[in-house]
Amino acid sequence: MTTSSNRPAPESTGDPGTVQTDLLRFLEKRTGRVWATDADVFGTGGLSSLFAMELVVHLERTYGISVRGADLRMENFRTVLQMAALVERLRPPASGGPGA
Amino acid sequence: MAAESGTPATGQRLAVLGAGVMGSGIAALAIGHGIAVTLIDLDRRRLDDAPERVGHQVRTARLMGALPDGAAPGALVTGLSLTDLVTGQDAAPTAVIEAVTEDADAKAKVLAEVSALVAPGTPVISNTSAIPIDELARAAARPADLIGTHFMNPPYLIRTVEVIRGTHTGEGTLDALRTLLTALRREPIVVDDAPGFVTSRILHPMINDAVRVVAAGTASAESVDRLMQGCLGHPTGPLRTADLIGLDNLVDSLWVLHSRTGDEGCRPCGLLLAMVRDGHLGRKSGRGFYEYEGEHA
Repeated sequence: MTTSSNRPAPESTGDPGTVQTDLLRFLEKRTGRVWATDADVFGTGGLSSLFAMELVVHLERTYGISVRGADLRMENFRTVLQMAALVERLRPPASGGPGA
Repeated sequence: MAAESGTPATGQRLAVLGAGVMGSGIAALAIGHGIAVTLIDLDRRRLDDAPERVGHQVRTARLMGALPDGAAPGALVTGLSLTDLVTGQDAAPTAVIEAVTEDADAKAKVLAEVSALVAPGTPVISNTSAIPIDELARAAARPADLIGTHFMNPPYLIRTVEVIRGTHTGEGTLDALRTLLTALRREPIVVDDAPGFVTSRILHPMINDAVRVVAAGTASAESVDRLMQGCLGHPTGPLRTADLIGLDNLVDSLWVLHSRTGDEGCRPCGLLLAMVRDGHLGRKSGRGFYEYEGEHA
């Protein structure tokens, strides 16, 4: 019954496509149905809005990001495209990349 | 009114007794509305992880747009003993919400102790889904200061709160609770005292029946919920609601109703009891009629 909170954040890839693929897989596993990248997962016939926090936790654990302040709003989590864009924006730059 | 919706509730300090599902949810509601909370639980392990659970719920409330914009969060202090309420460095509580387990003896013991500790006139609010307030008032030092609430879970998302006025509840106590609920942007519906009040007296036997339907093999939990949602307009379905309440709390409340009303429809059905025995308590344990992930630390 434990969650995989100790799972290391994958180094992976600056590829937004990978984030989208991961999210589609996660959603399919958790909901038992296939989603399009632009579908509103909380729209009619979609998920309970309480599931939104599970998505936030999943993204934070998987990509080592922290969703804070004004980013913590439903609009950022309605579609796979929006979630992938948020991950891209918040993800720490790859190690060895240009410093600040 | 609208202009004040974001005003922090200055001067309020809430003591919440019990760091379980409802206690931590009520604490999150208050903190998210700028009210300082002292959260007391005698179980050190539960108290240790309470700040994380409360923080998670404050974030959920923020995500859902359920908190006033720009309100600085209230401070959270935790304590292992009721005497921390009066011996700590923080100001005395302006109201106490008791949210310990749904057991009349456990609640009576805590209410007796806390009502003798706090200043007269401090509202002592018992959060219960089914136990009559007049029954609990017998344990309170000042029954006029005692009043009941039945917050729904999660308290920060559900705006309406059932408020139970006992026979001895004073007008000042009711007024103080109304003021607190206004600061929390909740809408009180005040009802008289009875086993299960209004919502649990109607909902709990219905959930019990929904579990019986699943146990009989008539339909899956998903089908029961989808029918109740799609055909009858129930917002989440009875079994998903049961998972949110917590199946152990549901069983406790059903026994309270059964013993006080004699209604056999309130006797917890076998499947419900078996799930509790197996530790499948609903959302808080990660599994009930549905499986959950990420909601529990």
